[in-house]
Amino acid sequence: MQLLAAAWALVQSATLGGRPRGDIGVFEADEAALPVVQAALHPHTLVLTNLFRDQLDRYGEIDIVAGRWRSALRALDATTAVVFNADDPLVTEVGRAHPGPRVPFGIEDDACSLGTLEHAADARYCYTCGIPYVYRTVYFGHMGVYRCPRCGTARPTPVVAASDVTQRGIEGSAFRLRSPWGEARVRTALPGVYNIHNVLAAAACTLQRGIPLDAVVRAIESFAPAFGRAERVRVAGREAILLLAKNPAGFNEVLRTMLRGDGQQVALIAINDLTADGRDISWLWDVDFEMLAGRVRRVIVSGLRAEDMALRLKYAGVDPAALELRRDLGAAFDAGTAAANGSPLYVLPTYTAMLQLRAVLQRRGVVRGFWDD
Amino acid sequence: MDLRLCHLYPDLLNLYGDRGNLLTLAHRAEWRGIGVRIEERRLGDPVRAGDHDLYFIGGGEDRQQRLAAEDLRAVKGPALHEAAGAGAVVLAVCGGYQLLGHYYRPSDGEDLVGVGLLDLTTEHPGPRARRLIGNIVIRSPHLDGATLVGFENHGGRTRLGPRASALGQVVAGFGNNGEDRTEGAVSGTVYGTYLHGPLLPKNPRLADHLITMALRRRHGPVDLAPLDDGMETRAHDAAVVRSGAR
Repeated sequence: MQLLAAAWALVQSATLGGRPRGDIGVFEADEAALPVVQAALHPHTLVLTNLFRDQLDRYGEIDIVAGRWRSALRALDATTAVVFNADDPLVTEVGRAHPGPRVPFGIEDDACSLGTLEHAADARYCYTCGIPYVYRTVYFGHMGVYRCPRCGTARPTPVVAASDVTQRGIEGSAFRLRSPWGEARVRTALPGVYNIHNVLAAAACTLQRGIPLDAVVRAIESFAPAFGRAERVRVAGREAILLLAKNPAGFNEVLRTMLRGDGQQVALIAINDLTADGRDISWLWDVDFEMLAGRVRRVIVSGLRAEDMALRLKYAGVDPAALELRRDLGAAFDAGTAAANGSPLYVLPTYTAMLQLRAVLQRRGVVRGFWDD
Repeated sequence: MDLRLCHLYPDLLNLYGDRGNLLTLAHRAEWRGIGVRIEERRLGDPVRAGDHDLYFIGGGEDRQQRLAAEDLRAVKGPALHEAAGAGAVVLAVCGGYQLLGHYYRPSDGEDLVGVGLLDLTTEHPGPRARRLIGNIVIRSPHLDGATLVGFENHGGRTRLGPRASALGQVVAGFGNNGEDRTEGAVSGTVYGTYLHGPLLPKNPRLADHLITMALRRRHGPVDLAPLDDGMETRAHDAAVVRSGAR
């Protein structure tokens, strides 16, 4: 399937004569398909962003996925550069084994620290010793500055780094981009610490390929949120902000982003348990919904597992009187914008719930199909 | 009245929203005016029989399970046997459940010797065998035939010996081994199961059953006041429908 998708992406961007348009191809590979895709493409650069457990019930265990990545890297050309997230210990463990060029990226700002490890932290065990890492700094989930107390394995110093980070809630963030290819202050419209990692991954990948710093900065600053990643939608004068939520660490970040706004918020949380969402929804109990208690005016729950979500919020201490269950996503959206009454409605859907909601909004002429983006 | 809970290996065995089980036990006791204390015991920490009314062990990946197995047997095992013999409740889910048995035999590598609180063994049939993954519904004779709902995700196949009874019979899903329709195991006040989801929030009857047993040890027979379980029941029933069992 993944090979077909990669081949189709090539065909779609080719001329009638069968030559690919453009000079650089960017391929997103499903975590489990990485070995097959990289063997077929022989990439100049391999970018490893992070590894969360939202795919756990498809592949069993995170270690199994990491094992496939390790075997994929062993088959890489020695000239291929591996760009990887130094703040993710599992990704780092895979990336640092590459004998060729390595470009670790990460955040260098203790002010981004959460203080303590979240319940959402997944891959925080030393690969050599199996015991938990000790964290000096936690950015979110298992991302941070870590060290094994037994063997001393520690986070590598990032080659491409973000320092002096200013987080501006839903408006995105700004930081100093540091690299051997130059330094610059950049602003991104993408909110949340996880998006700083995404921006760093893109910057590290392009800078090490020789693309000039000013072109990289322009691309970062002009990139607008798309497809449910902090996408803003206006319906009849009312604003909704779509924030995709697909794993505990990401969900926590989305909740913190939402709560940085003024006053009490109104949220629509839509949880599906289809294959693309992960069929196991027990991860909802690793999200720190407790931070919503007393800070939301109303929460509408929807999706195939709406009842599970409502129950989770009850045990998180959210006032049951503030909860409303609406199975139908369109009706849930309407109830949400009505309750928000002029202030923005935060929509937090899992992946397929977001596709369904976008389909509803598209029928109403509010958003374009995602294939038009 | 107070309830003393002990979370074993919270940093190693915590894979599937396991803290939801402790949240549920704690809230359901507190909502009835019962004081709750939760303590954690990690690798190397001793436990003392008599200190706690209920011990909880969650699930983990292979590496962490191996570390916990050695510690469970060598450091905490004798005290846990003594505690369980004196009526303390032990609840173990998934990987923790496997460790309560006699051994876990991986597809390669050495056996993990279990703590032997439950008469059962677990074997992994090899890397080519399919994992048992999906929504699961069981019917439990320990709860007057009530249904329990959850999600299972395990490679190991568990078989019960004569001194353990199943927690329930599989209505939908795989259960202990995908063959004999049993799920989980019970022996006295020791409970093990593959159901996570997590287990207790959507199965409030089981949660209250465990709280009642745990309180009995120091406070004698207790009648728990009823709670409004409307949301719990709706989530339970929705999970039954989602599993295809109805």
